[in-house]
Amino acid sequence: MNLVGNTDLAFSEEQAMLMDVAREFCRDKSPIAAVRDQLETDTGFDAALWQEMAGLGWSGIALPESVGGSGLGVGALVPVVEAMGRAMLGTPLINTALAAQLILRSGSSGQVERLLPPLVEGGIATLALLDNGDWGADGLALRLGEDAVLTGSKRFVGDAGVADIVVASASRGGDAVLVVLEAEQLAGRLRPNTLIDQTRRAADIDFTGVQVEAANIIAGDRVAAALRDVRLCGALLVAAEATGSAAACLDTIVEYLKTRKQFGKLIGSYQALKHPTVDILTGMEDARSFVYHAATLLGEDNLDRDAEVACRMAKAQASAILSYAGDRAVQFHGGMGFTYECDAQLYIRRAQWTQQAFGDAQHHRKRLAALLLD
Amino acid sequence: MSATEAELAEFRSDVSAWMADNKPADPGFLLPQTFMEVGDERQLEFLREWQHKVWSAGYLGMAWPKEYGGGGVEPVFQNIADQEMRRHDVPICFNVIGLGWAGPLINDIGTEQEKSKYLKGILSAEDIWCQGFSEPEHGSDLGNAQTRAVRDGDEYVLNGQKIWTTMGNFAKYMILLARTNPEAQRKYDGLSFFLSPMDVPGVETRPIRKITGEYGFTETFFTDARIPADCLMGEEGQGWSIAMQTLQYERGAEAGAAGGLAMVRVTVEDMVEGLEGVERDGAPVLEDPLVRDQLVQAIMDEKALVLSVRRTGIAHLTSDYPGALPLSNKLRASELTRRMRQLAINLQGGEGALYVGDDTARQGGFWQRAYFNSFSATIGGGTSQIQANIVAEHVLGLPK
Ligand SMILES: Cc1cc2nc3c(=O)[nH]c(=O)nc-3n(C[C@H](O)[C@H](O)[C@H](O)COP(=O)(O)OP(=O)(O)OC[C@H]3O[C@@H](n4cnc5c(N)ncnc54)[C@H](O)[C@@H]3O)c2cc1C
Repeated sequence: MNLVGNTDLAFSEEQAMLMDVAREFCRDKSPIAAVRDQLETDTGFDAALWQEMAGLGWSGIALPESVGGSGLGVGALVPVVEAMGRAMLGTPLINTALAAQLILRSGSSGQVERLLPPLVEGGIATLALLDNGDWGADGLALRLGEDAVLTGSKRFVGDAGVADIVVASASRGGDAVLVVLEAEQLAGRLRPNTLIDQTRRAADIDFTGVQVEAANIIAGDRVAAALRDVRLCGALLVAAEATGSAAACLDTIVEYLKTRKQFGKLIGSYQALKHPTVDILTGMEDARSFVYHAATLLGEDNLDRDAEVACRMAKAQASAILSYAGDRAVQFHGGMGFTYECDAQLYIRRAQWTQQAFGDAQHHRKRLAALLLD
Repeated sequence: MSATEAELAEFRSDVSAWMADNKPADPGFLLPQTFMEVGDERQLEFLREWQHKVWSAGYLGMAWPKEYGGGGVEPVFQNIADQEMRRHDVPICFNVIGLGWAGPLINDIGTEQEKSKYLKGILSAEDIWCQGFSEPEHGSDLGNAQTRAVRDGDEYVLNGQKIWTTMGNFAKYMILLARTNPEAQRKYDGLSFFLSPMDVPGVETRPIRKITGEYGFTETFFTDARIPADCLMGEEGQGWSIAMQTLQYERGAEAGAAGGLAMVRVTVEDMVEGLEGVERDGAPVLEDPLVRDQLVQAIMDEKALVLSVRRTGIAHLTSDYPGALPLSNKLRASELTRRMRQLAINLQGGEGALYVGDDTARQGGFWQRAYFNSFSATIGGGTSQIQANIVAEHVLGLPK
C-alpha cells in the first residue's frame, strides 16, 4: 500500500515564462478598481482585455499547434489561471479552454479543425454540464432525439450570454453525446443567473425544440471519457484560480492587520487574528502544491488514476482554504468587513462560488476515499 | 564533479544490501521511537552500538569533512542512505542533538580546534550531546534565560538550572545558553553560548518521568560548576544569535545535519494497515463513510507535506511568500503527526483505551505511546504557537 503515492512536481520553462507574463499582465490590467468596474456590467469582463489575452495566445495554450494553439497542454494553463485568480480577473478563459478540451478529446478531426481555430483567435466557448445543482450526477438528462431535436435544459452555464458556441452533454438513446450549439440557435433561451460571485456570469438554458446540425453532434466511445477528464480539468483550473484568489485574500488580510490599531496596538499583534492568518498561508501553500502536482501529471491522454487523485485533492484543498480565507477576511475587518466597499466581499463571494464549482470538497473526498482506500 | 546517475544507483543498492544484512533483530525490549525517549542504559547501549555501526560502514556524516570523521562526499549520498534506512525501517541514529544541531553548528561556525575535538565523537556516538536551553521559568521566552556563567581566570563558573534536558543523564557535552552579562540593555545581548562538558563537579542531572511513564529528559543543576573558558563559542554576548542558528537546524529550516533517522517512521499507511480487523457497526472500519473522510484528509495532509518539500526547490513557485515553506515545516509536520496518531487511537474503538503493557493492545499500544510522544515535537524546539508567531512575523510581516 502506498497511500501518498505519486508526488511528482515539475515546473517547465514554458510554465515559468507564462507565469511571469501573466502576473505582470494581471497586475497592470486588472487592478482591483478594474475588477470592481465589471461587477455590474452585462458580460462581467472587458472585451478589449479579452482580445489582448487572446493575442497573447492564452486561449490556445492547451490546444495543439494544428489548430493554431501552442500545444502545451492544460498544465501550462495553470500558472495563467492562478495569476488571474490572484488579480480576481474574471473572463471566459476557463470556460473556453474547457469547452475546447471537450471537443479536442472527443470530436472527429473535422470537428476539431472547424470548431477550435476560432477559439484560438478570441472566440468564446462554454460548456453546459449540469441538469441541476448536483455535480455528482452524470448530467445526461438533456435528450437528443432521433430527429436531432433536443428536449430539456441545463443550469449554471458560465458565460452563456457571450459564448459563440455552447457544448452541452446529452444522451441519445442512453449513450452520452455532446452537442455543439451556435449562439443564434439559443437566442431568447437564456435565463441569466444572479451569481454570488459578481466577477462571473452564468445562465440557465432551455434547449427544448432546438435542432442540432448533424456536423455538430459528437458521439462515440470517447465522449464519456472526455466528459470525465474535462470535469477533472475543470476542478483543477478552478482550484488554480482559487489558490490565486486565496493568496490575494491573504494579502488583503495581512495589509489590514498591519495598519489597523485598537487598544493602542496593531491588531496583527493579537494572536486570535495572527494564527488563523498563518493557517490561511499554510493552507494556501498546500493548495498550490496540489495544483502544480496535478499540472505535472496532466497529459494529452486520458487522465490516469494519479492525475485524477491530484485534481481532486487540488480542488478539495483549494476550495476549502479559499472559503476559510474569505470568511476570516470579513471577520478580521470588523464593521468594515461587512461593507460592499471592503474587498473582503469579493473573496467571500468568490469562495462560495468556487466551493460548488466542479464539485465541492466533500464530493471530491468521497471519490478520493474510493480511489485510495478500496 | 557531481555523481552520475549510475553511481548513485549503485550506491543505493549497496546501502540497501548493507541495511538488509545488518538490521538488528528485535532486542526484546521497548525501543525509543525518537531520540527524546532514551530512558535506560539498555536502550542507550543498543542505539549507541547501532549508530557506531552505521557510521563505521560509512553511511552517516557522509557530507561532513573527511578530516573530522565524515565522508566528504555530496549530500545526495546521505539523502539516499537516509531513504534506504527509512525503507528498511532500521533503528534511529539517536545522537540527534549532536548529529542534527550541534554538529552542523560546529561545522558552520566552529573553530578548527572545536571541529577536531567534537565532530568525530558525535558521529561515532562515543560522545552524546544534550541541549541546555530551557529553564523552569523560561521556556518559550528563551531570551530571558537566567543560568549564570561568570568568567574567573581561564574558567567560567556556572550556576542555575536547566530543565527538559533530553538525554541529560547520558550526555558528555551540552550546548548551553547562559547569561554572562545580567546588566546588558537587551536581555538577548547578555547571553553566551557554550560547548560545555557534563562530567565536571557541580553538574547534576535528575531524570523526569514523562507522560508515557518512561524516562528521557532531566532536570540539570549547576552549582559552582567550573568549565574551561575555551568552552565559550564565538564571543560573549553572541549567545542568542548562535542559539537561533541552532534552532534553524533543529526546525529543519537550515541544512547540514549528519543524517540518519531521528525518529521511527510512521505514515498514514501504517495507520491504515494498523486498522486491520477493526470493526465499526459490525463492518470493517474502512467502510465507514465518516472514517473514510477523516483518512482521506490525513492522506492529503501528508501528501501536501511531501509535495511542499519538493516545491521548495522551484524558485517560481516559492517566490511570493519567501520562507513560507521551510519556516512552517516544523509546525505543519509536527501538528499533522499529532493529529494522525490521535486519530489512529480513536479509530480503534474499545481497544483505543488500552495502553502499552496490555498484551491485547493493538500493536502493543504503539499508537497510544506514539500519540503521547508526538507532543515532544509540538512542544520541544519551540512550541507550535511560537512557530505560528514566527511564520506570522517573519513570512507575513505581522507585528509582534
Ligand atoms: C520531549 C521534550 C524534550 C525537550 N528537550 C529539550 C532539550 O533537550 N533541551 C531544552 O533546552 N529544552 C527541551 N525541551 C523544552 C522545550 O523546548 C520547551 O518545553 C518549550 O520551548 C516550551 O517551553 P515551556 O515548557 O516553558 O512552556 P511555556 O513557554 O511556559 O508555554 C506554555 C504554553 O504557553 C504557550 N505560549 C508561551 N508563550 C507564548 C506566546 N508568546 N504566544 C503564544 N503562546 C505562547 C506555549 O505554546 C504553551 O502552549 C523539551 C521539551 C519536550 C516536551
